[in-house]
Amino acid sequence: MATQLLQDKDRIFTNLFGHHDAGLDGAKQRGCWNGTKEILEQGRDWIIDQMKASGLRGRGGAGFPTGLKWSFMPKEVGARPHYLVVNADESEPGTCKDREIMRHDPHLLIEGCLIASFSMQAHACYIYLRGEYVTERLAMEKAVKEAYEAKLIGDDNIHGWPFHVYIHHGAGAYICGEETALLESLEGKKGQPRLKPPFPANAGLYGCPTTVNNVESIAVAGTILRRGADWFASFGRERNVGTKIFSISGHVNNPCNVEEAMSIPMKTLIETHAGGVRGGWDNLKAVIPGGSSVSLLPKDICDDVLMDFDALSAHKSGLGTAAVIVMDKSTDVVKAIARISYFYRHESCGQCTPCREGTGWMWRVLTRMAAGESTIEEIDMLLDVAGQVEGHTICALGDAAAWPVQGLIRHFRSEIEDRINNYRAGKPVFVSQVAAE
Amino acid sequence: MSEDLRKIIIDGEEIEVPTSYTLLQAAEAAGREIPRFCYHERLSVAGNCRMCLVELVGAPKPAASCAMNVRDMRGGPNGEPPAMNTLSPLVKKAREGVMEFLLINHPLDCPICDQGGECDLQDQSLVYGRTGSRFPENKRAVEDKEMGPIIATEMTRCIQCTRCVRFVTEVAGSPEIGMIGRGEDAEITTYLESAVTSELSGNVIDLCPVGALTSKPYAFNARPWELTKTETIDVMDALGSNIRVDARGSAVLRILPRVHEGVNEEWISDKTRYAWEGLGRQRLDKAYVRENGKLRPADWPEALTIAAEKLGGDASKIGMIAGDLCSAEEMKAAKDLADALGVTSVDCRQDGAKVGGGAREDYLFNATIAGIEEADAILIIGANPRTEAAVLNARIRKTWLHNDTKVGLIGEAVDLTYPYEHVGTSAAILAGLKKKRSGFIKTLKDAKRPLILVGSGALTRADGAQVLRAAGELADAVGAVSAEWNGLSILHTAASRVAGLDLGFVPGEGGHDVAGMQSNPLDTVVLMGADELDLAQFGDAFVIYVGSHGDAGAHRADLILPSAAWTEQDGLFANTEGRVQLAYRATFPKGDAKEGWAIFRALSERLGKTLPYNNLTELRHKLFEDVPVLAGIDHAPGASEGYDAKAAGAAGDVEATDFVPAVRNFYFTNPIVRASETLAECSALASGPAQMAAE
Amino acid sequence: MSVRRLAKEQPESFAFNKKSEAEIKFWLAKYPEAKKASAVIPMLWIAQKQEGWVSEPAIREIANRLEMPYIRVYEVATFYTMFNLEPVGTHLIQVCGTTPCMLRGSDELIDVCKKRIGKPHEISADGKFTWVEVECMGACANAPMIQLANPDGDHYIEDLDGAKLEALMDDLAAGKTVKYGPQSDRNASEPHGTKVLTDPSLYDGSRAKKIKLPNTAKPETSKAEG
Repeated sequence: MATQLLQDKDRIFTNLFGHHDAGLDGAKQRGCWNGTKEILEQGRDWIIDQMKASGLRGRGGAGFPTGLKWSFMPKEVGARPHYLVVNADESEPGTCKDREIMRHDPHLLIEGCLIASFSMQAHACYIYLRGEYVTERLAMEKAVKEAYEAKLIGDDNIHGWPFHVYIHHGAGAYICGEETALLESLEGKKGQPRLKPPFPANAGLYGCPTTVNNVESIAVAGTILRRGADWFASFGRERNVGTKIFSISGHVNNPCNVEEAMSIPMKTLIETHAGGVRGGWDNLKAVIPGGSSVSLLPKDICDDVLMDFDALSAHKSGLGTAAVIVMDKSTDVVKAIARISYFYRHESCGQCTPCREGTGWMWRVLTRMAAGESTIEEIDMLLDVAGQVEGHTICALGDAAAWPVQGLIRHFRSEIEDRINNYRAGKPVFVSQVAAE
Repeated sequence: MSEDLRKIIIDGEEIEVPTSYTLLQAAEAAGREIPRFCYHERLSVAGNCRMCLVELVGAPKPAASCAMNVRDMRGGPNGEPPAMNTLSPLVKKAREGVMEFLLINHPLDCPICDQGGECDLQDQSLVYGRTGSRFPENKRAVEDKEMGPIIATEMTRCIQCTRCVRFVTEVAGSPEIGMIGRGEDAEITTYLESAVTSELSGNVIDLCPVGALTSKPYAFNARPWELTKTETIDVMDALGSNIRVDARGSAVLRILPRVHEGVNEEWISDKTRYAWEGLGRQRLDKAYVRENGKLRPADWPEALTIAAEKLGGDASKIGMIAGDLCSAEEMKAAKDLADALGVTSVDCRQDGAKVGGGAREDYLFNATIAGIEEADAILIIGANPRTEAAVLNARIRKTWLHNDTKVGLIGEAVDLTYPYEHVGTSAAILAGLKKKRSGFIKTLKDAKRPLILVGSGALTRADGAQVLRAAGELADAVGAVSAEWNGLSILHTAASRVAGLDLGFVPGEGGHDVAGMQSNPLDTVVLMGADELDLAQFGDAFVIYVGSHGDAGAHRADLILPSAAWTEQDGLFANTEGRVQLAYRATFPKGDAKEGWAIFRALSERLGKTLPYNNLTELRHKLFEDVPVLAGIDHAPGASEGYDAKAAGAAGDVEATDFVPAVRNFYFTNPIVRASETLAECSALASGPAQMAAE
Repeated sequence: MSVRRLAKEQPESFAFNKKSEAEIKFWLAKYPEAKKASAVIPMLWIAQKQEGWVSEPAIREIANRLEMPYIRVYEVATFYTMFNLEPVGTHLIQVCGTTPCMLRGSDELIDVCKKRIGKPHEISADGKFTWVEVECMGACANAPMIQLANPDGDHYIEDLDGAKLEALMDDLAAGKTVKYGPQSDRNASEPHGTKVLTDPSLYDGSRAKKIKLPNTAKPETSKAEG
């Protein structure tokens, strides 16, 4: 397929960079809240069918089809009310996209909340922001107030669906990005993931049927329905369609967020929008393509890999949150992954054994390895320990902690070996290759 | 069974199990052993230790078998029944991995750990662990936490299974333990290291699968394999909790719960757990005679001679009072002797409860303890079940928690660990209740199985019999009594009470009850371990104290006949439900002490009224012959046809005074526990804040 | 994560001030009355904003208000790392040290903090600063960055380097106002010299015109009243 860059006219987040009015007037001017009532008038089934047809997959990392998720909610409202909970606990290292939606395009999110809640018969929605996002929280509160005052939401609003949006926040815990940990936290407890089943659609917030969606997944809903499922599905490859905000960080000339078409080649993405790799493409060492949880990819894969779910998982990595962390040749890649291991050790909730004990163990071994103070045999042992964490935990944090380690060993085993050998030979263990500029 | 069954395959074998089963239960049904640490049948499922992982055929990763139901298993693509493996290489590797993670930061201090020999981690590492360590890093050290006089902590050993947290939160209803911090630095603690105040706190010691929480009073006392274990019955309250008494030589070193679904499930109160401390202190190990105001040791022949002389006097001026810890056999022997002597002033109700004499149902917990879980509304009258029967209170809490049972209380407003509707404080409220139309009476009337719990505090009043009648009439009015369900339930506090009433240890023709014995001067009073009454009221009477502990009764005594404590003799006890259970001897009596029944048998011989049994077996034959109801071992009668609750107690007006709970100090209810230092500490802690509040 | 404990020295008591009370009212209105424990994080945060840190009496006060056992609030306060369990300096500098920031020089920021302030979590001699290393704060396209918490609120300060941070700390120490957000010529996280979102038709109001919904071939009756 040909590389077709996304055109401005097809961008959903038209105020991503905050150059325009984030308030209600500005948002309306840019097309938000346009036809919302008509959308609701099409009925719940239409909305869910359209969302399914659009091919939208959750933008929070796991990529579960959004329309399908909405359809899992009970068809009839029983004694327990339904809830929509928006996961705005954006904490995956490398990821900084939802932040821009919330502070620059908050009305797209609120409109999406109304549409999604209506389709799932929820009259209340909680948006859970990470605690650090204070500016973003105040921006959301402001937008919610505007929406109430304009009777776009509220008990008696112009859309005919009584609906409330409540902003909630955390206080520093990555694990609250896991949907059931988020619900625990929202209920006033420690953010420890729940056992599943039951899934939130059966017993979520306060034991009621609940759907938890990422900010971006919800915020695109209004535009998708306005412009058509087929329009959204026209971008990217089959099963990997739509537009997506990519966060590009690390060793690029112009780190940025940008909304692009799915399945854009990684190299095109980096070179077109991020000003290219520092020191040129050939100075690339590796890229973590989807946030810290996914395996890093060495340059040879990066040369032609596409940025979508299937292409990246074919290389035992993943699209995750589409947070592209670029590392040039100056990078101490063992230290970079050791720092990620430190992150998971820091963020493990401590509930289940493999993650509580395994994350600390992996970090300690990797820290020694980064300094060369290890043995060759320990590389396989580390791989084994990662395997003992992966798939054995209550939530996906265990997997997320194991994958970067596995990826490092898969692609950079020789570098670790060199380091160990250098240390034993009394040579410097790591010499940074500074780019020739 | 009406439950849905499902065919599943476990390790290649087909088995049909209820869909509500967890995979762990299903595996056990198939005869597989699944290792576990966090999982406990009586606590909510945490699924955090990950030791019980099993392989689900077709699933990408293993599942925690404790947390998944058979209902949620997925079958094969062509309609094959769902399959799981518990013996596969994948499962073996998963268990090895979890075991290794649990051990990397666990100290290898088994030789100095009190859990050694009965440690889940030790046992399971032997079976499921790797052979060597691959962990060269420093092990984590965790600061120990203060948790009070009962729980000793060694927190470096903690594996964060959270059983203790779940127990105090769910079962004890006293959320005082939690896990703070997170990740590998998560720690189990109480709030600011305050003592756990729950009267069930000791159970966390049993629940802890490792040596993190151990018994402080038992610390470094013994190894489990050195102990002689005797399965017996507790007498600290009227529940008859099933216990195991562990002794080394003549010393009882600890008491642990045994499982009895009908009585105590697998919990015991701290009072039960630490009664053993009192068994080694303040003991009466020889006979004493008061001479010139002072007690001097005596031998049995002399003591028996004096006793016989006194008991040979005017029978109408002799009284016998059975205390709360007497076995049925001891009371039977004493009663038979009294009958032979013509003594009619006998009483087993030292608290003055106005029970006995009518139908057996009039003084039983007819709903049964397990039946509490079937009740959909409970009215508690004049009781604080938390202090009077802590384990039973946990059962009420359980049914409130799981079945949303409504609870009401007439009596002093206390913290019962669950919410209740405070209907009122006085007996007048009770008397007027059945005429009301709204409020808790409606809850009771709407209930299918209402339970009317009447506490000792309601029955020891002067109008106790009238209160009982009012309760019986209420039970009848709300439909609490039928052939299938009898909700009228008396909660006793004395272990001896029901058997005492069964065998008629109450005043006979012309005889006095305890109050009567106190107001009509007697020549001689026999106190059978009865210490919970105002002894000054006996005036100049000659007091013969038959008992095991030097408590109030012994201090007042003119003659002391040392008897065995309940762990030192076999004995029958009928609990508050009327369930008869056997207590067994765990150690021999101290010093010269003799079994209670044998003392009265010996006295009868001295008095020329030799009782017709030469050993305990013969005594029991006679007992069962005379009181057949005591022969039905481990049977709680429950509801029966033809019972008329309206006839319970006696007719008459009740006084409009407030109910007063029978037990004020949970830790100090009998001479044994008053001799326990640990329980004295618990008591001081419990009364601490109250004293402060009074300042 | 390291072991988090309450401060050894604690105040005798704690009381919310009027401003805090108004905020508490605002937050409690968001949750069903029976689920008011949901407000525990916001209330701890309000307490911290009022006092600069979360004290033990504050934990009890919040537990009492929300009818939660003390241990549950204690668990929450120690689980979430944004709660300062000990007093901090006037300006709390939270340096992101996670890999995306590390790749762009967060070590340099940490070195500046060590040099200027001292050990993490400790208050500088003049009482003005405390610094801590924190995990990814979700501003990776503006790395390296810090979050500054002080009486003026909580603000991200991005696109930093060691020299810029030093200058910033000079200004803070001198009581000057500082610029929040990117310390570069960027507005937010747009690429430098951006070429996207430049189409004027996005902003001329044409998007606000009445539209006809696509894919509604079969006009359906209103189902909005579910």
